[in-house]
Amino acid sequence: MTNEPIIQAQGLTKRFTVKKKTVEAVTDLTFEVARGELVAFLGPNGAGKSTSLRMLTTLIPPSSGTARVVGYDILRRPGDVRARIGYVGQLTSGSFAQRARDELLSQGAFYGMSKAASRIRADELIDSLDLASFASRSVQQLSGGQKRRLDVALGLMHAPPLIFLDEPSTGLDPQSRANLWQHILDLRAQHGTTVFLTTHYLEEADRYAERVMVMDKGRVIADDTATRLKANLAGDLLTLGFASPIDADQAIGVVQGLTDREVRRDGVASITLTAPEGDALLPSAVRALDAAGITVARATGVPPTLDDVFLALTGRTLREAGEGDETDDKTTTENQEQDAGPQASAQAEASVTTGAER
Amino acid sequence: MTAESTHTRPDTAVRANVARDTWSVLIRELKPVVRDPFTLIFSLVQPLVFLGLFAPLLIGSSGQPVGETLQWFVPGVLVMIVLFGTGATGSNLQYEMMTGSHERTLVAPLSRPSLLVGRALKEIAPIVVQALIIVLIAWPFGFTINVPGLVIGLALLAVFGVGLGSLSYTLALKTKDREWLFWGVQQTLIFPLLILSGMLLPLDAAPAWMRAVSTVNPVNWVVQAERALFAGELGDITVLWGWIAALALAVLGLWAGVRAMRKSS
Repeated sequence: MTNEPIIQAQGLTKRFTVKKKTVEAVTDLTFEVARGELVAFLGPNGAGKSTSLRMLTTLIPPSSGTARVVGYDILRRPGDVRARIGYVGQLTSGSFAQRARDELLSQGAFYGMSKAASRIRADELIDSLDLASFASRSVQQLSGGQKRRLDVALGLMHAPPLIFLDEPSTGLDPQSRANLWQHILDLRAQHGTTVFLTTHYLEEADRYAERVMVMDKGRVIADDTATRLKANLAGDLLTLGFASPIDADQAIGVVQGLTDREVRRDGVASITLTAPEGDALLPSAVRALDAAGITVARATGVPPTLDDVFLALTGRTLREAGEGDETDDKTTTENQEQDAGPQASAQAEASVTTGAER
Repeated sequence: MTAESTHTRPDTAVRANVARDTWSVLIRELKPVVRDPFTLIFSLVQPLVFLGLFAPLLIGSSGQPVGETLQWFVPGVLVMIVLFGTGATGSNLQYEMMTGSHERTLVAPLSRPSLLVGRALKEIAPIVVQALIIVLIAWPFGFTINVPGLVIGLALLAVFGVGLGSLSYTLALKTKDREWLFWGVQQTLIFPLLILSGMLLPLDAAPAWMRAVSTVNPVNWVVQAERALFAGELGDITVLWGWIAALALAVLGLWAGVRAMRKSS
């Protein structure tokens, strides 16, 4: 039991019919997740992340393929899957008409917990997720960050061994986002909970996920740790500046001797290249140029981001990819986020920071 | 955080159970009502307007004594509460479908029928409270209350409400995020049902085709049964027809609602 992967997806495929046209939102999704992993689906809006999550959580049946989640088949034993997973959807889990604490207690009852156990657990979560100041307020009155913490508390009420989070930090200001992540990381440290999330924030996947599955157009196109994805698919961007264009021209030949990556002229008197392990290449390039009598005036090395990985894999940046495609079934909700690439959402966040904790 | 770390909970392996799950859903739905009972009073405004502004016109035009006119009119107002209040309850579910909490309940290990039945049963609470308030307001004006008739009348109203509420939820589940469609269908149906029930004005003077249509309107039969019950004519044949109409509506509503809930995602 414990050695069995907590998620085994086998050829999961989902097709939707939109205006008499069949659209394949997810194609042949096959992967395993071991107990205790922290995995992120990273991809632009409309990549099929939410649809995949909705299949794994029994919300929608796959068109073909199947999956075992926490030991049970999602098609034949959906009830057993539901009892053992937590789910935090893209929207608000709490009903706007209900009070926050009431929703926690109702959630306990939904998962077969006794009244006493529900009360103890609700109070624990109110304490650990800082819900106390608004626990007796109705969900409608809560700020975005408060709603999201309640969503997570609701997902954790029955202490599931596996929790799915669909875009958990979308719409949160940077501080609330960092806060939320601290709670998720604490939870893992304490209970070994397996965390499976979707995100279109590459910094988030980069910083927190131990394993990143890059999704685009319904397919997983890469699956590895963020570090290895970046090393294998992107590499550091190195730039060397010189006193004159002549020096720069000569430097190309010297540096090209150290790497098989293409070294290019960049600007008036500098050269640039993208290479794996650039942190080691940069000092040796400087030394080699010194030895050849060419003085290096400036040297920078920029480590790659997952956006570079996405660019290398698809030829598009995450932000470009997020515009236009909408193959996901939740088009109405995803549409609102359509333009919110990393940059755009960073601006949106900055503007809501002041109003977030009213 | 410290308290949490001391607990290592076994994974909950609860099985769906229709009775227990229905109870859990019902209790959850009742919480906002208990927390804020004044919402029940606000939704009474419409029937009170009819009682205060329409009943006097009725009394004036019929030339009958006040008590007698109320005896005819008030049972119809009680059915009106269900028609307008319970008939619109699907919009609450639609709102929860759009804001996300419905999705959360679908991922919970609850039996699918209980998600519908629990909500439908909740409708009984506002119906009974509101009906009692209307009856108590009409009482000092000469409306007589037959206690067994009142009890059976409320039970009939409850069954009718469960049916109509289920249909309203079905409409919400089918129209999804298209609120305009929900309200369009709801409003299109509710006024013909209202007028063809003889609730506001007797259908005796209506053209033959209207009377013919009204015989297949379940609301009409429920209104007639309520009138008989409040008049103390418990054995009247219209009472039987009222129960048949209400039960048929409840069976149809629950069947359609459970079907729609099973398909909900």
